[in-house]
Amino acid sequence: MPDVTFTVDGKKLTAPAGTLLIEACRKAGIEIPAFCYYPGLSLQAACRMCVVRQEKVPKLQTACTTTVAEGQVFTTESPEITQARKATIELLLGNHPLDCPVCDAGGECELQDMTFRYGAGESLYTEAKNHREEQKWSPAVYFDRPRCILCYRCVRMCGEGMDVWALGIANRGSSAIIAPNGGDHLDCEQCGMCIDACPVGALTSDTYRYKTRPWEMNHVSTVCTHCGDGCKVTLGVRQVDDGAEIVRGDNRDKSGINGDFLCAKGRFGFDFVDSKDRLTKPLVRNAAGTLEPVTWEHAIRVVSNKLKEIRDSKTENGGGSSIGVIGSNTGTNEENYLLQKFARTVLGTNNIDHIRTTDYAAFVRAMAGHEHRAASLRDTETAKAILLIGGNPTEEHPLLAWNIRTNFRHNTARLYIATDSPIKLERQARQTLSLPVEGYESLTAFLSGDDSALGEIENAKTFREAVNAEESLLVIFGQEFRGAAIESLVKWGLAKENVKFAYLGDYANSRGAADMGLSPDLLPGYIPVTTPGAFAEEYPNLSTQPGMTAPEMLDAGCRGELAALYIVGSDPVTAYGTDPAALKRAFVVVQDIFLTGTAALADVVLPAASLYEKAGTVTNTFGDIQLVKKAADKAGVKPDFEILVRIAGGMGADVKKLVPFGRGSITVPAVTAPALSVDFVPTPRPIPSLRGIHGDLGQSRGAHSGEADRHAVWLAARGLELRLSPFDPLAALDEIERLVPSYKLDRLNLFAGNDVHSEPGFVPVASLTAPTAAELILPAHDGLFTSGVLGDHTKALVELNSYQESISQPVAEAAAD
Amino acid sequence: MSSAETMSIFSPALSARFDALVLKYPVKRSALIPMMLYAQDEVGYLSDAVIEEIAQRLDLTMLDVRNVASYYSMLRFKPVGKYNVQVCTNISCMLRGAYDIFEHLEEKLGIGHKGITADGVFSLEEVECIGVCCWAPAIQVNYDFHDDLTNDKVDEVIAAYRAKAGRADAKGESANA
Repeated sequence: MPDVTFTVDGKKLTAPAGTLLIEACRKAGIEIPAFCYYPGLSLQAACRMCVVRQEKVPKLQTACTTTVAEGQVFTTESPEITQARKATIELLLGNHPLDCPVCDAGGECELQDMTFRYGAGESLYTEAKNHREEQKWSPAVYFDRPRCILCYRCVRMCGEGMDVWALGIANRGSSAIIAPNGGDHLDCEQCGMCIDACPVGALTSDTYRYKTRPWEMNHVSTVCTHCGDGCKVTLGVRQVDDGAEIVRGDNRDKSGINGDFLCAKGRFGFDFVDSKDRLTKPLVRNAAGTLEPVTWEHAIRVVSNKLKEIRDSKTENGGGSSIGVIGSNTGTNEENYLLQKFARTVLGTNNIDHIRTTDYAAFVRAMAGHEHRAASLRDTETAKAILLIGGNPTEEHPLLAWNIRTNFRHNTARLYIATDSPIKLERQARQTLSLPVEGYESLTAFLSGDDSALGEIENAKTFREAVNAEESLLVIFGQEFRGAAIESLVKWGLAKENVKFAYLGDYANSRGAADMGLSPDLLPGYIPVTTPGAFAEEYPNLSTQPGMTAPEMLDAGCRGELAALYIVGSDPVTAYGTDPAALKRAFVVVQDIFLTGTAALADVVLPAASLYEKAGTVTNTFGDIQLVKKAADKAGVKPDFEILVRIAGGMGADVKKLVPFGRGSITVPAVTAPALSVDFVPTPRPIPSLRGIHGDLGQSRGAHSGEADRHAVWLAARGLELRLSPFDPLAALDEIERLVPSYKLDRLNLFAGNDVHSEPGFVPVASLTAPTAAELILPAHDGLFTSGVLGDHTKALVELNSYQESISQPVAEAAAD
Repeated sequence: MSSAETMSIFSPALSARFDALVLKYPVKRSALIPMMLYAQDEVGYLSDAVIEEIAQRLDLTMLDVRNVASYYSMLRFKPVGKYNVQVCTNISCMLRGAYDIFEHLEEKLGIGHKGITADGVFSLEEVECIGVCCWAPAIQVNYDFHDDLTNDKVDEVIAAYRAKAGRADAKGESANA
């Protein structure tokens, strides 16, 4: 649309014709109040708060439905408009309870703000208030009817945004009321988006209601620890006796990769942090064979002495190769990087792996050398055409599903789905192709032109024609694809212009674990250990012999061929169904937040911090890297990073070589061009002279870690990278950036809390090796309310899970009739 | 759709009418209000089964159907008597004694607003303007109007309906048919 010029409050504004006046004004810094208007959802014009005076129009107009045109003149504040808004608020307050002092929304309530602004605190209405008791609609959602101002935001959010349509408006006039679809309860996805959208305290969440006030919390924006989408979640944190507790999870500033969205897991799934099952003391198996609480110093000493003894032993069952290390899918990139560096340089073994839930190695191998072909999660919101093959985004990748729905709604994106079982996103699909369960590889062949590959499947040819006719395409595929199947699919797409790819995997940092080289045959950045390149210099004593995979390590442990197993944030005994008794002969160290199946049989158990209790970076399944900030705190636990450094130190390793910190330890990377905004040119400084002068002033700890991040932005913008502590994970990030080809990071953006995309295309083609075994991949397929071990220990999610099962039961019976 | 046809809770005639009605509008849900009215005429009220079938026929959720229905006071979720007596108490009727008539009916039938007699023959309702202001006061019994009323005339009207109900009973028809 061409730009038009119009006048608001005497200011000349320019915006594309057809822009909503309220949006045009907000962009120009003129705020027009509104309750019912919500960007991205359909227009309602129900609240009458946004009324403005338009020249030559007899009545006040609603700014949320007025589109701008050339030459219009508006007034947004005048005594007349103030009076109109005040009258609206007076009507809204007619039956609104004056319970702000106990209301959850008090302090962040839009009605409260407007009442203060327009002074409608006094009213001429003397009618008695019509009180109704609060209703519990589900274990997550509560409804306080008198507080509701009928803005319809929740109704539209649930219907249009979530495609759930569980809320509506019943009755008429003053008896109108928000109605849930189950009559007195909600049968929905329990995402809590209605609570987020509610401008007042009518919809409240079970996890937060009546607990605290917004100004009594510190708000820490970090990355959700549950699925592979990596939503930004703001945790409300409050000090308690044994640290800092999380009181609320929400999407407060909407500034993250997830925009407006957050699902049930991100919003309600944080109480595992305070679970009674949490490990808070190091445990060492005593002579009697039971795990006994000990001090950290003792536990670290036991671990480092034993690992050192095994490593230095010259017997048949000794040396680094008799130690196995298994890393985590939820730890940070820095921890995973450090873990493999510790294994390879301190322990001297390539026996390092993680429980692989997704075949990222095969994906990156297929993408190597092809830049700009890997999709960011942000691309899913704007792509003109999307081909979704396999996977179930609504259940396993809620943000991806939200983005696809939004893209469909706003841009009429064309969605093509090929799936073996029905999925909810088919409602938005232009065409759906039903594949047999084993038909995914044949689909690639069919798309490549082999007519007989799919046999007789209805609509297959029209599906292919439509997909091939797309000028640009975003191909998103699920864990049905592994190994060679990924390679052939990517090859098909790379032959076409403007095709990007995304591979759907589980867990908050499964992608990062693979990227950081938690693999017996691949170093960080998928560099083969057989041809280590730069790593040969960086990593003293690096063996070029690939080590054992995780299942091989367990088998070797059971046979007595592995003297020690060091397991971080992982439960391989349960995952691979290993007989716990068989591992008795190996020295097993487990570092985790709960006493998992593997931890229960360990010789030493070290209580670790969860992702919400530490800092670092994580990479989502799309390869978007984001900053994790420390929100909560728990007495007794330590981040994996610190534990590792302490064990390495205890073993007598040179910690400065492991973690580049302090004076003379850092190779400062050249500041990359995209890291700098156009209007800021850093002054080059003699960095060595500054190194080691400043402390971090203690701001990298606790709920105030945001301070340290601003500090880091300042440092980064000036090309300074001061790491004064060996426990500062960002020291490892410096090294990751230097050594991992795909992690060329825009630091200013990263530290400002934005997502930064990694580029698998930077992985050198020369590093291509034989495919890793596809049968090692064990997809987790966590749904809306499950999240592996974390989910089992999260009361809110367990409760939601059983609630969903209980309400879906009668429906199933009715269908059977 | 075929399941709705084969398992319809409506009579074949109404079912056929609905099939045609759905195709009449550019958007299916436009048929919602007429469908609810016709369904109420046949079944007597909007039962859960009625709402379910209408929702299914229009690709709506039951919540959608309920939300629209609850907006309109002439759509009801509970059964009424065989003869639903609706007394207008808007201004014209009120000025000409509608409340006397309403109270008379309350006493005579032994029920109040929205009540149903024990035998299920009559129900009573106070309603807004029914458009008979020129012959006020007026009442509407199902779809029939009785105007220019006095208490005596009301007695005659009620007696006539009671007799009609008696005849229907004698013929063995159900009171709610």
